[in-house]
This record gives sequence, structure tokens and C-alpha cells, in this order.
Amino acid sequence: MFSKELVIKNSLGIHARPASLIVKALSNFKSNVTIEKDGIEVNAKSIMGILMLACEKGSKIIVKADGVDEKEAVLKVEEIVENKFYEE
Amino acid sequence: MKNKVLRGIDASPGIAMGKAYVHKKEKLYPKLIKNRTKEEELAVFYKALNDTKIELQEILSKSKEMGKKLSSIIEAQILSLNDPMFIHTIEEKITSGKNVSIAIYDFIQEMKINFENINDHYLKERFFDIQDVAMRVLSKVEGETNNSIKLNEPSIIVAHNLTPTETATLPVKNVLAFATEIGGKNSHTAIIAKALGIPAVVGIKNLLEEIDTGDEVIVDGMRGIVIVNADEDTKRTYEKRKSEYESYEKEMIASSLLPSTTMDGKLYDITANIEFPVEIESAKRNGAKGIGLYRTEFIFFMKNQLPDEETQFNIYKNAVEFFNPNPVIIRTLDIGGDKILKWEYLEEHNPFLGWRGIRFTLDRSEIMLTQFKAILRAGAKGNVKIMLPMVSNIDEVIKAKDLLEEAKKLLKKEGKEFKEDIEMGIMVEVPSVAILGDIFAKNVDFFSIGSNDLTQYTLAVDRGNEKVSYIYDHLDPSVLKLVKMAVDAAHSNGIWVGVCGELASDLLAIPLLVGLKVDEFSVSPSLIPQVKNIVRGITFDESVIITENALCMESSKKVREYLKDELLKRFPNLKNFFMEVER
Repeated sequence: MFSKELVIKNSLGIHARPASLIVKALSNFKSNVTIEKDGIEVNAKSIMGILMLACEKGSKIIVKADGVDEKEAVLKVEEIVENKFYEE
Repeated sequence: MKNKVLRGIDASPGIAMGKAYVHKKEKLYPKLIKNRTKEEELAVFYKALNDTKIELQEILSKSKEMGKKLSSIIEAQILSLNDPMFIHTIEEKITSGKNVSIAIYDFIQEMKINFENINDHYLKERFFDIQDVAMRVLSKVEGETNNSIKLNEPSIIVAHNLTPTETATLPVKNVLAFATEIGGKNSHTAIIAKALGIPAVVGIKNLLEEIDTGDEVIVDGMRGIVIVNADEDTKRTYEKRKSEYESYEKEMIASSLLPSTTMDGKLYDITANIEFPVEIESAKRNGAKGIGLYRTEFIFFMKNQLPDEETQFNIYKNAVEFFNPNPVIIRTLDIGGDKILKWEYLEEHNPFLGWRGIRFTLDRSEIMLTQFKAILRAGAKGNVKIMLPMVSNIDEVIKAKDLLEEAKKLLKKEGKEFKEDIEMGIMVEVPSVAILGDIFAKNVDFFSIGSNDLTQYTLAVDRGNEKVSYIYDHLDPSVLKLVKMAVDAAHSNGIWVGVCGELASDLLAIPLLVGLKVDEFSVSPSLIPQVKNIVRGITFDESVIITENALCMESSKKVREYLKDELLKRFPNLKNFFMEVER
């Protein structure tokens, strides 16, 4: 298991487009990946699940992955989040 | 009933007349349970998912012309059809014995509850995107082929709200206008209407109860009103106004880049009043030479917390870069009176005379400091000026200046890029400022006359109170005299002066503002072409005489009649423009 805490930095938070970016990127990974916010954990390959977390700007999320490519999967999410979903 | 007038928010300018198409949403109830095995139920579900995907892909290819924002939402919806959480939840419900329609219906209800706890307005709205896609799957299950809006003739779309897929599949050629029950100036509907160049009025309460499909409807996107079953007179008037607006629009495109110069060669700057970032484009398209008033309250109402420096900086920077080298005048937070931050709510007997504008931000100086820092930083990206609202005495100006210096010091320490010699001006909206204009003019870089509040405070009338609102008129000679005092004080001290209240958007007042030598008129984006048109059709010399005459009159009624006569002499085709639709 590999996990990392991240902070959302883009101004609109994780709305539809950022959520699809994460889901699309993770579709190539075999590991189970989850995102946790305020004690609620959802499947990171589920766009509806991610939207439900309502990750606004400044919120902290924990990305966890379990499987053969767990580290790469988490780092991929980190790259997308750190680049503000390529929005700004 | 004839001439039923419904009021809402003007979301996109223009006038449309035609038959209403009322788009009613079907209730979210699943139909009768059919006799199917669990395996059959699952097969129906998978087929519905697949059919929906094909349909959404078609919609996506059509939606591209409506802008990136809409197509990215539809892409996300396509992705939702592969969503493991969605699919697993439905599969589990079917396995436990539920019919597929009920399973999807349950899922929507569960999601609704999950989204209800979200505070962020923007993210909360994403529920509708999910509901929209789940409803599409449900309609496939129920065997309905297509729930998109179909129009046989040019129509005005009347709806509670439009979903992204509904908007994207609209038969655009037959859509004359939009009228919706919910939404604001930056709702989906407003954005799409502006992109398509058709009128829209949003936020009309109980709209669907007032209109049926086939009703004759007029949508006036400038005034934010919808008229149902208009009588012959109103119809005729609107037909004229419609063709006038259309020729204005043509003229506008042709003349929007021409300077706003009087016939005898005096130049006046016409800028725009805006409230939301989406308005910057229409302001520029309509020929604004910058932003004369950028209201910033929306940034503070977006979320249930104070916006940080970075958020504000990004919003200001966008507008500044967009208009560079023309100026963007940012007004610091002006709350109180009728709008106050929820978490600072305070019961006041006289809110309009209370803790508002600069009085509030000087007391909560950390709010002002953050806003100053963000504006100063945006200053490094172009031409920015700061404007302070609700100033009533000189001490407030001095305190604000100290705070501005403190903001600069902090930015220096933090090593951030900013504009050192930023212009700071004040709104003239409290009579004391106009009366002591000389003193204020020596301490600031410009004046901007906020005629709405100046009128309220001069005439001691709350324009929101129906019993007394008839007293309110910015053409009252007392108000005009204060405007003249402010302008004279500014000019004798070598600073410029603008008007950003509705006075500058009132076509009757344009000769007065020209005659008073107001340097800058800041008006609603949709009215810029018309204001420019007046400036270009009069001379400075005649405006000076008109102004002198108006200032000697005894009442606003006389001023109004006089100005109307003078204007119609020069612009006879404006006659219909002044016809008011009564409530």
C-alpha cells in the first residue's frame, strides 16, 4: 500500500473536468486507488465518487493505492493535482 | 390576462417575440415493474448504458461549437457511464431483487442526499450533471428514445432550468430566447445565450405557472422582463424596439471601435460596470474602453469563507490582462446595506446608514489589506485603479491610504511583483463628499460618482420601498447640483471624474454628463452602444446650454420632460425606447 496527502490548489476545486482527468489517468493502472477526504473514502476511478467529496480549493485529500503499480498511480494523481489540473 | 409582466435577471441582451415552448421535466418516478429475471434486468441496464453512451457521443460532437465548458461537462458525463460506483450500486440493487428503473431512481435519490451537505455552490451544482446522465440511462431503460427539446418552429424556451445535455442538443436555429426560473448572470443559460447572441432572462419566480406552450411571449433581455400575451399596443411597441435593437446591434458592430466623440470633437471615455468575470467579453465586444466599476462582492459570496489573496489576484489579473492598456477600476468590497456576509450578519435599524462599504472594511482591516495586496499585484499586469465605496469623511481616505502603504510593504517583504504608483479614487455617493469636494479631491486620484446611493441619501428615500420609491429620481435638480459640485471640485484640483451609477446608463442624462464635462461614463455593457450613439450625435456646446437650463428647474419631473424633448429632437427614432412597461 502506498499513500500520500495532497492539497487542492486550483480555484474551482475538483469539478467535472478535473475529476475526469483523474479517472482517465487511472484507467491505465491496475491497482485499487481511493481518495479520502474528511473521513469519507471513495474509489478514485469513480467520477461520481470524486465529485461527491466536494474537494474545494485548499482541501486536503489522501490518495491511497494498493496493487502492482501502486506507487506510480499515486504519483500520477499527485502530478495532476500539483499542476492544478492544467487549468490555470 | 393581457400584458402579464414577469420580472427576472437580465442575463443576455436583445428582444425576442414568439411562441413559448415550455419544457417541463417529467417527474422522477420509475414506471411499473415489468416481469423480468435478474439476469434480464442486468442486460437491460447494460444495454441502456451503451445506448446512452452512443447518444452522448453524438451530443458531444454537436456541443463543441457551444464552447469548451459545456463539452467538458458532457465528456465527464460519458465517463460517468463507466463509473464503477454507479455500475456496482445498480448491479447490487438489481441482484437484491430491485427492478432496474427503481435501482436507478434510488441511486439518484442517494446521490442527492450526499450532495446536499456540500457547501461550495459550484461543486454542489455538479449533482445536476450526475442526475442528468442517470436520467438519460433511466429513459433508455423505459424505452424513451430521446428526451431532447424538439422545436417545429422558432420558439422561446421556457424552463425551470436547462441541463448541459439539454442545452447542447438544442435545435439552435429555432431558439429565439431563453426564460428560466432559476439561474443568475453566470449560469449555464446566460453563458450559452451570450455565446449564441440571443436574449435571456433568468431567475423568474413561478415562471412555469404563468406560461403555457404556445403562449405569445416577449423576452426583453435588456430590462430582464418577460411579457405574456401582450396587447396590440405593447406588441407594436416591441416590434419597433426589436427592429431598433437589431439595427443598433448592427451599428454597434460597425461603430464599437470608433471613439465616443461629440460632433464638435470632445472625447468622453465610455467604460463598463460589471459584476462577474463572464461579463468582460461582452463589455469589450460592446466597445467599452475599460472597466469603470468592477464590483468585487461576488468573490466574497462564492464560498462560505473569505477569499484569499491568490483567488482574488487571479480574478483581477484576468480582467486586467484582457483590457490592457485600458483601465480596470476595482471597487473594494462594498457590503452592508442590502447585502452582508452571512457570517458577519448584524441586525441594524438603518442598514443603509450603517456598517457598510469602507466603514466595514476599515474595521475589518485584514479583509481590506488582502484585497489591496491582490489588486496591487494585478497592477503589475496592466492598468488597474482602486476605488473606495461609501466614503463619508476624509479620515477614512487617510486610513485607507495608510493601509495601502502597508500592503505595499508586505508585498515587498514577500518579494511579489506589484504596481507601486497605483491610482486610488473614491466613490462620490454620500452628499458630504460632494459638498466638501475640494478637500477630498486634494487627497485622491479620481472621483467616480455613484448616482444611485447619492440619490437615495440626498432625497432620503429607500428606492426598494414601494411606498416612497416614486420620490427616487437621479434627475432631481438637487442630485444634479451635487454632481456638478463634485465635477467642479475634481477639475479645479486637476483630477478626473467619472459617473458609474445608473445616471450614466440613462440616455436622457447623457447630454447633462457631456455638458458637465464628466470625463468617464461607466455603464452596463449592453447599453454602451446606445450611450456612445448619443454622445456621437450631440455637440458639447449645446449640451452646456441644456445642462444650464436643467440645473435651474424646480423638479425632477420638469428636468425629465425637458431632457426628453431635447433628446427626441435630435434622435426621433428613440421614441419607443422611452415607453415604460407598467407592472
